[in-house]
Amino acid sequence: MADNDRIVRVPLHEVAHGRTGDKGNRVNISVIPYHDEAWPLLLEQVTPERVKAWFAAKGAGTVTRYEVPTMPAMNFVIEDVLQGGVNGALNLDGHGKSLAFHLLSMPIEVPARLALHPEKAAG
Amino acid sequence: MTATTVHIGCGAGFAGDRWDAAVPVVASLARRSGPRYLMYETLAERTLALAQQARIENPAAGYSPYLERILRPVLKTAKANGIRVVSNFGAANPLGGARKILEMAREDGVAGLKVAVVEGDDLTAVMTEGDIRGHDPVEGIGMPDGKLVAANVYLGARPIADALALGADVVVVGRCADPALALGPLLHEFGWSLDDLDRVAAGTMAGHLLECGAQVTGGYFADPGYKDVPDFGHVGFPIAEISADGTVVIGKADDTGGLVSHRTVKEQLLYEMHDPSAYLTPDVTLDISGVRVEEIGPDRVRITGARGKPKPPTLKATVSFEGGWLGEGEITYAGPNARRRAELAIEVLRTRVRDLGTNWPLRFDLIGTVATFDGDGGDLRSSRSWPDDGEYRVRMATHGGDKRMAQWIADEVLSLYCSGPAGGAGVRHRIAPQITTASILVDRERVTANARLVEEN
Repeated sequence: MADNDRIVRVPLHEVAHGRTGDKGNRVNISVIPYHDEAWPLLLEQVTPERVKAWFAAKGAGTVTRYEVPTMPAMNFVIEDVLQGGVNGALNLDGHGKSLAFHLLSMPIEVPARLALHPEKAAG
Repeated sequence: MTATTVHIGCGAGFAGDRWDAAVPVVASLARRSGPRYLMYETLAERTLALAQQARIENPAAGYSPYLERILRPVLKTAKANGIRVVSNFGAANPLGGARKILEMAREDGVAGLKVAVVEGDDLTAVMTEGDIRGHDPVEGIGMPDGKLVAANVYLGARPIADALALGADVVVVGRCADPALALGPLLHEFGWSLDDLDRVAAGTMAGHLLECGAQVTGGYFADPGYKDVPDFGHVGFPIAEISADGTVVIGKADDTGGLVSHRTVKEQLLYEMHDPSAYLTPDVTLDISGVRVEEIGPDRVRITGARGKPKPPTLKATVSFEGGWLGEGEITYAGPNARRRAELAIEVLRTRVRDLGTNWPLRFDLIGTVATFDGDGGDLRSSRSWPDDGEYRVRMATHGGDKRMAQWIADEVLSLYCSGPAGGAGVRHRIAPQITTASILVDRERVTANARLVEEN
């Protein structure tokens, strides 16, 4: 097996980028692969169930995943995650601006060639 | 003659955006030909409520407090080159904003400037408070308590196009859908019908890409070693070229830093979007689920394939209420055993606030761990261990109705200087009035938007 075919477990940040948007007490987070070839792996591993569990400390409610295969990109809508939104939230990041980077710290398993820094192991 | 391409630049993506961002945008537009526009988006959900409060204190105020700072540097060049300006910087007082612009024009020797206002977004002018409160918020949270501050409906692009048809050089709007700031000029220039759903969708998509300024040119994007952005300190703001057939090309101001790539465009396409096949606006339901994003040159990206579905039957409005007081304070502990000193500070704060006899909610953060990602319960931080030595900043936040109590709680952070753990440093503490908002859906028949030219007082 060629070295770049070996499976590595890395933060999603090594495989995809994205950003957070907010409306009221929900956020949306886009996830866009650096390599289109990673798209099926994202569909398989970055599931709404896993995302909801990843945001459990924030009290995440329903998580919906929308897919735009022509980009390709996925868009997660996470309900109730702002704990009051910009209106009543006590947290520092009332808009959830940083939360894409929380999602991007989730581990994912991919062939080394699809990770920007394959040596960067997920915690 | 109908135009073939319309150029629309963006000079601000939010109320606090860079005051000088529009200068290179206007300089670039001045070198181009055909219909050219500059839009500014300066009105977030609660910004309008703050503007309404300012207007209550001073009837001449209530337009964007940044209006003069962002518009004056470009007003003369824009007028001299036929670049027309469209913005929601009218906030709670479009008429006041228009008069301020006319005053600036006179002071700066900008002759013959025509300024129009778009009015009709203020629901308090056409509905009673009881009627407004009778609408169920779409968030399903119940209508907030507190004094009603503002209720404004998101207007569409038609009245903006009407203002341009009156010959306005500057169109001053209060609340409208952000993409309408671009769609209005496109309706005016191309003569598109609002029933031409795919073209209206394309214009809406262009507006959506422009409305956050640098967010499509490298802002909110740069991530060193992953997504590098050249000369980022001089990030250029976007200019879109829209063709009569609905093709959208995103570029940016000449001689600036920043980056327009398929990645910056994809991130911004999905920004604040929920279902990508149903982005609701007053003018159309935008479907970007099948768009193609192609790099066609340096800092030039073409986006095609937006589809339009019929507009929603109702209009969305944001209703704002006085929402009590936020109290917060921060203090830093650094060096050996810093974490344990910081945790002791939290314990002391809990004791002190309990002794004040309140049951206000409290949130404690230990900045330097996972404070930004954590919930109010701190579960994420508790799930891992953190080094004793290092640098940690304690943050306490609370919220309630009584201004004095908010201050007393925040003051407990300040008093840690002398009475708290060793080495407490760098206290910042404050209280701030809060605005609570809810969204309601309003029947279209309740809303009448109109455009008119304004003369200086």
